[in-house]
Amino acid sequence: MGLVEGKFSDNFITSKVDSLVAWARKSALWPMTFGLACCAIEMMASGAARYDFDRFGVIFRATPRQSDVIIVAGTVTHKMGDAIRKVYDQMPEPRWVIAMGNCATCGGPYANYAVMQGVDEIIPVDVYVPGCPPRPESLMWGVMQLQKKIEQEKYIRR
Amino acid sequence: MSDEAVENSEQTDGAPESEESAEEVKTPPGEDLKEVVESAFPGAVLEQSAYQDDEDEATFVVGFDAIVAVATHLRDHGDSHFELLTDLTATHYPEAENPFEVLYHLYSIEHNRRLRLKVRIKDGQSMPTVSGIWSSADWMEREVYDLFGIEFEDHPDLRRILLPDNWGSHPMRKDYPLEGRGERIYTKPTRKEIGD
Amino acid sequence: MVGVANVSRIEQQSTVHGTEELVINMGPQHPSTHGVLRVILKLDGETVNDLDCDIGYLHRGTEKIGENITYTMFIPYTDRLDYIAAPSNNLAWVTAVEKFFDWEIPMRAQYIRSMVGELSRIASHLLWLATHALDIGAMTVFLWCFREREMVLDLFETAFGGRLTVNAFRLGGLHEDVPDKFLQLTQEFADLFPSRIDDYETLLTNNRIWLQRTRDVGIISAEDAMDLGLTGPIIRGSGVRWDLRRAKPYAAYPYLDFVVPVGENGDIYDRYLVRIEELRQSTRIIQQCLEQLPGGPVTCKTPRTIKPPEGEIYHSIENPKGEFGFYIVSDGTTTPYRVRIRPPSFINLGGLKKLCVGQLVADVVAIIGSIDIVLGECDR
Repeated sequence: MGLVEGKFSDNFITSKVDSLVAWARKSALWPMTFGLACCAIEMMASGAARYDFDRFGVIFRATPRQSDVIIVAGTVTHKMGDAIRKVYDQMPEPRWVIAMGNCATCGGPYANYAVMQGVDEIIPVDVYVPGCPPRPESLMWGVMQLQKKIEQEKYIRR
Repeated sequence: MSDEAVENSEQTDGAPESEESAEEVKTPPGEDLKEVVESAFPGAVLEQSAYQDDEDEATFVVGFDAIVAVATHLRDHGDSHFELLTDLTATHYPEAENPFEVLYHLYSIEHNRRLRLKVRIKDGQSMPTVSGIWSSADWMEREVYDLFGIEFEDHPDLRRILLPDNWGSHPMRKDYPLEGRGERIYTKPTRKEIGD
Repeated sequence: MVGVANVSRIEQQSTVHGTEELVINMGPQHPSTHGVLRVILKLDGETVNDLDCDIGYLHRGTEKIGENITYTMFIPYTDRLDYIAAPSNNLAWVTAVEKFFDWEIPMRAQYIRSMVGELSRIASHLLWLATHALDIGAMTVFLWCFREREMVLDLFETAFGGRLTVNAFRLGGLHEDVPDKFLQLTQEFADLFPSRIDDYETLLTNNRIWLQRTRDVGIISAEDAMDLGLTGPIIRGSGVRWDLRRAKPYAAYPYLDFVVPVGENGDIYDRYLVRIEELRQSTRIIQQCLEQLPGGPVTCKTPRTIKPPEGEIYHSIENPKGEFGFYIVSDGTTTPYRVRIRPPSFINLGGLKKLCVGQLVADVVAIIGSIDIVLGECDR
């Protein structure tokens, strides 16, 4: 920390406000569970005993008003699209999006009339997690990628 | 559920009786069911077929004005007693004279038998509903209406069920392309948040 | 005059305090609708007057896709119908297509199919129990059930390489023989699992809260269940002893010994008991499969390109949710002319209105849980 480093006694930590805010934000990502299809089951498995998502500070919320990140887990159909947009708009800033699985990424195996070819058609996506469905480990990787991304964001001076 | 109920449930052996009957008779499967129908409605069964003479694949083609009467009769008659409407669907044959085939898969728990009823109709022709006979037909007819555009007269609540209400086309028709006709087009969103 | 005045005042009060129907929208993203089901409830106080289901939020056009790809290529799509019990769906599709031919499927393959089918039934019922109990308010059951479900998924992974969507079976048998480790781990699981079922029952079966929430709620009679076309554990909960594994046996079920449990009252509690007993019976079937498992090849000789003769067939199996069938029209080419999926969830969900009207709004959640739907297969 440059000039001030080592100037204080041991129980002081010096940091940038940016890093502090980013650390606080990345360590308590509350996802809005947007379970749509098969991936939702793997997302539930991630939250359950063996994979235990809580240790990342990830606590699933069922409401968009209290969540930071939306995990779009599953096939997004045209009929669902409006609802996703509505939920995303209700989330407070800052907000992030994880597209979980091939369907949410690009339509996956469903290249047909009913399925939207990727959720990025309607909302901006930060992390794409591949897999059909992704294993819980993959979803954890996705969350860790998002944490890295949040770490690098600047808040004080844009 | 008591313990005796579990004990008693050692039911009849899995092997169906149809194996013995298949050897002795050469009549097409479902002949007895045809008699049940014909006794009440002579000439109602227009065609009779079965894939590889399989008892489970017995198929009757019925006229569209007779389907409700025949179905009611098959449900209520003691020798058929088809109390379950397993499935109701349709198939599109664009080249045929009557391009739509509406299919009724019936099942009788009591007799452990299946029967398929077929009705062939023209494009734009509406079908009589069977939701008065089996309540399960309610949703399945809505689905056929949604995906094939076949209307069912006197249906209690004929709306689209799977696709959005304003979809405008019927995707299971053979002339509808797999990728759709561009019913929904989106503009890609841009990120206008912190950072950029 | 006084009396008249009083009457008019009472009338006034009744208009002020009169009840109005309240419309509540539940879903399509609601934690207890088990997927993307939207239910529109019309309430009078807490009583449900009317109910309308809005489905189709997961309509992925699987039937249309089936008309455009080959018979073999469709197997992975069946995984994603009832994704909670994927191998069961594979089994339905491969047995349906095999009905076109007179192939002799090796017995080893048949036994493995039955065994994996029962494992998927266990996986499905565990997820049902976990979420159903979570809806009613029991968190422990959720975590315990997922613990065992992970064990089943590990077994799938050992045998087929995938956890959830496994693409387990091929037309004519299996892709390749299962590893010995799979059989060994399955044996260990089958030995352990009955004690775990006892654990769930300790938590729930005589639990006073569970009894109050489930007993005499969502009752459906056998006649109504047949009229509505309900299949699977729901119709068995109403006392109809009908199981396609018995009625129209497929795979190795003709050689296996199991009982078909039925309920008496047709309420949520009976459906719960039926499914718990099915868990035990599935474990029993797995034990028998492991004991009787014959050696030999796991696939019969099949042509390079699968071209069924012209014709139409309907074949269905007993999925964890109910009767799951395929109606296939072949025109003699490599792609089916028509694929129709007979979805148990779709038709079972059609009975929701009948089950819910007149009940309390809090019971709707319990009733949806007891039907055990999966929207992937409901909307297809």
